[in-house]
Amino acid sequence: MTPFDAVVADAPPGGVWQGAAWALARDLKLALRSRPELGVLLLFYVIVVTLFPLGVGAEPALLHALGPGVLWVAALLASLLSLPRLFASDFADGTLEQIALSPYPLPALISGKIAAHWASTGLPLVVISPLLGLQFGLAGDELVVLALGLLLGTPTLSMLGAIGAALTLGARGGGGLLALLILPLYVPILIFGAGAVDAMRGGLAASPQLSLLGAALIAAAVGAPLATSAAVRIALD
Amino acid sequence: MNSSIHWFRFASPASFYPLAGRLVPWFAIAAAILAAIGLWVGLVVAPTDAQQGDAYRIIFIHVPAAWMSMFIYVVMAFWCAISLGFNARLAAMLAQALAPTGALFTAIALWTGALWGKPTWGTYWAWDARMTSELILLFLYFGYIALRNAIDDPRRADRASSVLALVGAVNVPIIYFSVKWWNTLHQGASVSLSAAPKMAAIMLTGMLVMTFAAWFYAIAVVLVRTRSIILDRERGAAWISETVG
Amino acid sequence: MLRAERLAAQRGGVTLFANVEFALGPGEALLVTGANGSGKTTLLKIVAGLAQPDAGTLDWRGAAVAPFAAEARATTLYIGHATALKDELTAEENLISLARLHGAAADAATVNDALRAWTLEPQRALPARVLSQGQRRRIGLARLRLVRRPLWVLDEPATALDAAGVATLQALLAEHLAQGGIAVIATHQDLALPAGSRRTLQLR
Repeated sequence: MTPFDAVVADAPPGGVWQGAAWALARDLKLALRSRPELGVLLLFYVIVVTLFPLGVGAEPALLHALGPGVLWVAALLASLLSLPRLFASDFADGTLEQIALSPYPLPALISGKIAAHWASTGLPLVVISPLLGLQFGLAGDELVVLALGLLLGTPTLSMLGAIGAALTLGARGGGGLLALLILPLYVPILIFGAGAVDAMRGGLAASPQLSLLGAALIAAAVGAPLATSAAVRIALD
Repeated sequence: MNSSIHWFRFASPASFYPLAGRLVPWFAIAAAILAAIGLWVGLVVAPTDAQQGDAYRIIFIHVPAAWMSMFIYVVMAFWCAISLGFNARLAAMLAQALAPTGALFTAIALWTGALWGKPTWGTYWAWDARMTSELILLFLYFGYIALRNAIDDPRRADRASSVLALVGAVNVPIIYFSVKWWNTLHQGASVSLSAAPKMAAIMLTGMLVMTFAAWFYAIAVVLVRTRSIILDRERGAAWISETVG
Repeated sequence: MLRAERLAAQRGGVTLFANVEFALGPGEALLVTGANGSGKTTLLKIVAGLAQPDAGTLDWRGAAVAPFAAEARATTLYIGHATALKDELTAEENLISLARLHGAAADAATVNDALRAWTLEPQRALPARVLSQGQRRRIGLARLRLVRRPLWVLDEPATALDAAGVATLQALLAEHLAQGGIAVIATHQDLALPAGSRRTLQLR
């Protein structure tokens, strides 16, 4: 049996879920071994949120009005800060080339990476946000809507951000360029996420905004891995 | 942009270059004539508005600029799609040439919008849906240009920025919809720069003429810029030294 | 099996090479030589399916191959300049991870066999961060025994290898070619290959 015949035995057919599972498992393991880095990202979120009362004054009514917006904007910035780690290490040590040449579909592998990225950078934000929301005088039900919105929105931020992270691989301009590319795309998530809490305050239901966030999540889950794959292949050329 | 009928014949930079050179003067002259007519209609013929006085006349620049800013982004995204789908260099160069003109029209729309807002509603910037969306469109143009400049290899820059433009094009309706929703939630219908004076037919005519003037101006400028880009990127090719010297 | 016709590549507006042609059948290895910056890495990336040529075609078994095509990915094993090792994972974990990425079954036993062949057993449980360049290169090459593919594309595989490492590499190559495999190798130094299997290409 020559290697030619042996090939069929090795290469898995399709393998979307196996591909995603490989990437998810590996990236989670890597994240667990670089916990200090992730702790810093979370700290960044807390610090940015703390800056706002220092900037606008600690009057309770003002903070209560600003709260949802501040927490969301800080989440956007923290997400932006965390994005380079999605591909930078793999790009530098040559693993990204191997990933792109794997028989598993590249969008599946990238989805796994994004999922691991969100679990290690976005999910902690969701967990800590109610605590920070208390500092802005948000009530219980507002905190729930805030956390739900972040839970639905931060994965979309990771997915849209992945497109930007892949496009800027090997480009000059660093974080500033990534911010310029990604923040306009983040605008709808910000509007609906913060708007959900505001809608609830106004006596309306928050479900339309949360549904829109959910729809954005699904649309991003389908489209972002494809766009990111194209961007990764371009970057490896 | 108007060579689509002869697409495959002019798909190479070498044959596009002379064609573009012959077309530029026609579009430039047409643009100048239309602009003269449009400005005459807008500044002289159209009546003074009962509510807004003469300040409203800036819409003869503001509205065409806004229309062109959006139209150019769509055209740019179209050429980006062609360049990715057919691996076509010229399509990518056209997109590269379109971006600065699109950004310029967006900036003009924003600036004239602010100038219109001040005398009419008392404030330069009212965070209304259309102006805020225009601002985000400006960021999208800048992002495209910045990404292009940040990647050294021209073909890689072509492909990466094309992906970015397409992602932006898909997101523009979503962004506009979300900003519109945001505006109604927070401000109600109190300030709306879309409440232009009731359109007398002559005003609409003036705006359409100015729009065509802007369109032909854009074509002329983009053709000139494309020629310059071709010269820069095809530097080593034989046909350049033969025709240009 | 593998045929290239009039391949050309430009990077940064500069033409790296043009009109590169070669044809390889089973059991043949192409040694690509040339000065630094002559485009060896780019040519290998095109053959591996990572990059698009600016002109020319690449045929595999008679059918044209586009970059990242599924068939190309299933038949090629590419080991580039970078060793594709994660600093935070041990040598063993790195190998298992990379093997699984390419769909190869990789349990501890087979991985240890591969490591032993490259005299890396003592370093098995060490994080890649603490290993030397030579050791990292050897772990990268250990993949050759774990993932079975007909086409090997190796970019400067002998870098940082000592004489024993080069001997192991040459033995693996000989075995691969004897089974009918094909290899495209960019190299500064000469590699001993089985009789009749050597083809060379010099990039200007």
